[in-house]
Amino acid sequence: MRIEYTGTSELSGSLMVVGGVLGVGYDEFAEITLKDGGRRHGRVIAIDGNRAVIQVFEGTRGISLENSRTHFTGEPLKLALSTEILGRVFDGVGRPADGLGEIFPKERRDINGSVINPVSRKYPRECIYTGISAIDATATLIRGQKLPVFSGAGMKHNELAAQMVRQAKIGDGSNFAIVFAAMGVKNDVADFFRKSFEDAGAIGRVVMFLNLASDPIIERIITPRCALTAAEYLAFTHGYHVLVIMTDMSSYCEALREFSSSKGEIPSRKGFPSYMYSDLASIYERAGQIHGMKGSVTQVPILTMPNDDISHPIPDLTGYITEGQIVLSREMELSGIYPPISILSSLSRLMKDGIGEGFTREDHAELSNQLFASYSRVQDARSLASVIGEDELSPTDKKYIEFGRRLENAYIRQDINENRTITQTLDMAWEILSLLPREELDRVGDKMLDKYYKG
Amino acid sequence: MKKNDTAYYIHGINGPVIDVRGGTGLSMLDMVRVGELRLPGEVVGVSKSGATVQVYEDTSGLRHGQPVYPALAPLSIDLGPGLLGNIFDGIARPLKKIEDTAGVFITRGLDIPALDPEKLWDVTVNIKDGDLVSEGMVFAECPETFAVRHLSLVPPGVSGVAQGVKPSGKYGTSDVIATVKLKNGSDYQLKLSQKWPIRVPRPVRERLPIIRPMITGQRVIDTLFPVGRGGCAAIPGPFGAGKTMVQHQLAKWADADIIVYLGCGERGNEMTQVLEEFSELTDPKNGRPLMERTILIANTSNMPVAAREASIYTGVTIAEYYRDMGYHVALMADSTSRWAEALREISGRLEEMPAEEAFPAYLPSRLAEFYERAGLMKTLSGSEGSITIIGAVSPQGGDFSEPVTQNTKRFTRCFWALDRSLAYARHFPAINWTSSYSEYFIDLAPWYDAELGSDFTAKRQRMINILHEESALQEIVKLIGSDILPDDQKLIIEAARLIKTGFLQQNAFHKTDTYMPLPMQYDMIELILRLFDGAKTLTEKKIPLSLLRDTGIFAELMKMKFDLGEGAGRDRKYFEELIDAAVAKVMSENE
Repeated sequence: MRIEYTGTSELSGSLMVVGGVLGVGYDEFAEITLKDGGRRHGRVIAIDGNRAVIQVFEGTRGISLENSRTHFTGEPLKLALSTEILGRVFDGVGRPADGLGEIFPKERRDINGSVINPVSRKYPRECIYTGISAIDATATLIRGQKLPVFSGAGMKHNELAAQMVRQAKIGDGSNFAIVFAAMGVKNDVADFFRKSFEDAGAIGRVVMFLNLASDPIIERIITPRCALTAAEYLAFTHGYHVLVIMTDMSSYCEALREFSSSKGEIPSRKGFPSYMYSDLASIYERAGQIHGMKGSVTQVPILTMPNDDISHPIPDLTGYITEGQIVLSREMELSGIYPPISILSSLSRLMKDGIGEGFTREDHAELSNQLFASYSRVQDARSLASVIGEDELSPTDKKYIEFGRRLENAYIRQDINENRTITQTLDMAWEILSLLPREELDRVGDKMLDKYYKG
Repeated sequence: MKKNDTAYYIHGINGPVIDVRGGTGLSMLDMVRVGELRLPGEVVGVSKSGATVQVYEDTSGLRHGQPVYPALAPLSIDLGPGLLGNIFDGIARPLKKIEDTAGVFITRGLDIPALDPEKLWDVTVNIKDGDLVSEGMVFAECPETFAVRHLSLVPPGVSGVAQGVKPSGKYGTSDVIATVKLKNGSDYQLKLSQKWPIRVPRPVRERLPIIRPMITGQRVIDTLFPVGRGGCAAIPGPFGAGKTMVQHQLAKWADADIIVYLGCGERGNEMTQVLEEFSELTDPKNGRPLMERTILIANTSNMPVAAREASIYTGVTIAEYYRDMGYHVALMADSTSRWAEALREISGRLEEMPAEEAFPAYLPSRLAEFYERAGLMKTLSGSEGSITIIGAVSPQGGDFSEPVTQNTKRFTRCFWALDRSLAYARHFPAINWTSSYSEYFIDLAPWYDAELGSDFTAKRQRMINILHEESALQEIVKLIGSDILPDDQKLIIEAARLIKTGFLQQNAFHKTDTYMPLPMQYDMIELILRLFDGAKTLTEKKIPLSLLRDTGIFAELMKMKFDLGEGAGRDRKYFEELIDAAVAKVMSENE
């Protein structure tokens, strides 16, 4: 029997309170039918006695105290899943948005997922070559990692993400898939990604979840969870190696803030809710590999740092959860370098176990350490040069300036379609490091210097 | 739905906080089981109408009117043999067993005891019928792992005459070894396992002064900022500065008998890494896997927030249990900020009045309670045991003025400030030598001087002075470059560079550099100062420093950390001769 509750007792922002309900579960999915036939959807976010507070995804516009009927489905929001989802486009809450009709579900899963037991996790060790030097050598992406791109408004993060998708060898052959989640991005951005997936010949392997800038913000909170449920299904039920691109996490966090303040919660830093860390963790931690299962979920979330500020709560909390970050630099962008990756602030926490002999090349670890150390000396030399002029620098400092210039213009800079092998990348790094005197390279052992140093 | 008067039921739900009605018999901090799934929870507020409960698992699907079952006892964990080598969640449920029962994804409402009731231990019973036993007495012991002998102590508050004592033999954790007739006439059953409420510190006889350091094999810590055995240290740092790496290094190398590693709101893969790595790595003392002396507690960032709040108490209670046996325990808490945030989140849901940055006003007192459970103690059994707490702090935006860092500073005496710019230059461990400090050094100086030679403190101070002089000089160098400086100042810069790169930097992934014994650290300090003094005699004679630098002696010493020690074949004497020869050569060519 279908029980419907007529009317509401209170409306505030996107929240709607239904009174007199019995036996409704926390986090349950609700369907709301309006008098004019309009349908809304929502989720129970609090219960107080016989009152249930519902968060309405599409917003409460047009709802009055009398004109609605609410039905509780008895279960949390679930996503219909089968391998048919490959190649399809869904809206932010997982409804088909490409006009191709409903999919025939093999399974329906709670979008909140379940926590992977730390005992069952397999520590990720296989690297994914992106063909981008600034990533492969010094911030290597590992299969099962969560490696966000920290960008700023107007920088080329979308191009970079698209290039990573085109060039990355995610799976070993045909078993790869891409899940794309758009949160609050403009239509052109979604189109850009769609087009670049087509160019890569991968559109049949892509699942898209689109919550565009004009779509309801409450749906935005659901979007990454739908995308990750789809990714986990493909990875751990069907053995796909899945790359999840989520953009823009900043819009997601702002939606969270908007929603939190509408609930009257006590705000923490910059008005964001105090649970934003655990909320973000419930998204980012859904990456990884599991013992005895073939597939993997690798995440590349993209976020724009408000005012390019890396200590803003959004990049800050993200950085504490993710396994490193790729940081784009406004300065490099302005000097026309693509990809504008700031090597010093970028980091991959998992690379140490996925590189070196047997994985990439014996010299990789020491080489990347040396690149960091030397490049950070370049910054010192530059700030000195800006005071006393480049001509007055000591001969060593001059070499550092030249090294920095070459590193940025030949090594970091690469064409949007240029796909460098790891050997090319490492050799190129050695060639540029060889501009420096040998005794300056204090992070590399003599054995490696003898073999690779060309100065 | 009709309820009778004694049955508790769910009235309201707000995230992990449940409003319970139906009676007034619940006490503060009592355990309850909530709903049909019997999710574990704890009473955090009591009123005339009912109680407020925080639930340690995800509350989706709970309904109004579902039953709440009181346990009428505070949140307690089982302590006994079988904890070592295991990994538990925030309320001490064994994750390996959970995997066996529930598969790779954690399901809710599991009630699995921390200790395996099936496993039999080879127990030696130390008492006999009619013996008078009292709290802290060792009534039985068994080998828990190869290196750790598990002593079963008579629990605090229990004393009387033992009866029905079993002979030595194989017993499980729930078998009764003896019955104690208490003074009040009731019987107490002594078992290998006992329950202890996690929020109550286990009693000790007295607190002892801290006199020796916990040796970690990390040069910057042991030499510059040592933590006392039984002390507390804080590691604050922005993300990517290497907090977790330092914690891992300490867990591997610290000279503690037992390590409790608490992953509190951190990454799942990090716990996996500890688990994998520690099972492979061996303890240099006995060649056994490090995991045999380690206990892991994992509440990863996506696991329930209320259990995160409890997890640090679970960790420190287990640490106290082993301390009471007379072991030296090191507790690594990574990260206490996540714990503080869990506190904040629950406080917000309870609609308490927020203080600074929305943290509850009781944050400092909770932090103090936690850190005060560290210490070197005389235990109830009369032995000496200690807990050293190393707490990582993750300040938002790397800003050390935020409440968790500031309050942690008040209750820890050792502060290892991690620095983002050092991390960017891949100077690891990125412990900043100007903003870090250790108040313990004064207490420990007699130990160092007795152990290493009476001039250790003086030499360490000289090294610190060089670093400080250099940081002052850097202000000038930033403006005019180092070429203009006179030679004696250039020497400071050069020596500081040697100290920073050659001594303070330590490669955790290097075969031998990852751990350096204290005497060898002392050798390095002596060698660096020897070169410094030699160079000084040259600069005093107006011989340019560059001549000495050209001999390559600085570069040689820069890499000596990789060459010193067993196997590498070069000892202190070799380097002493090298330094003397280089200085003498430059001297003779220029006099």
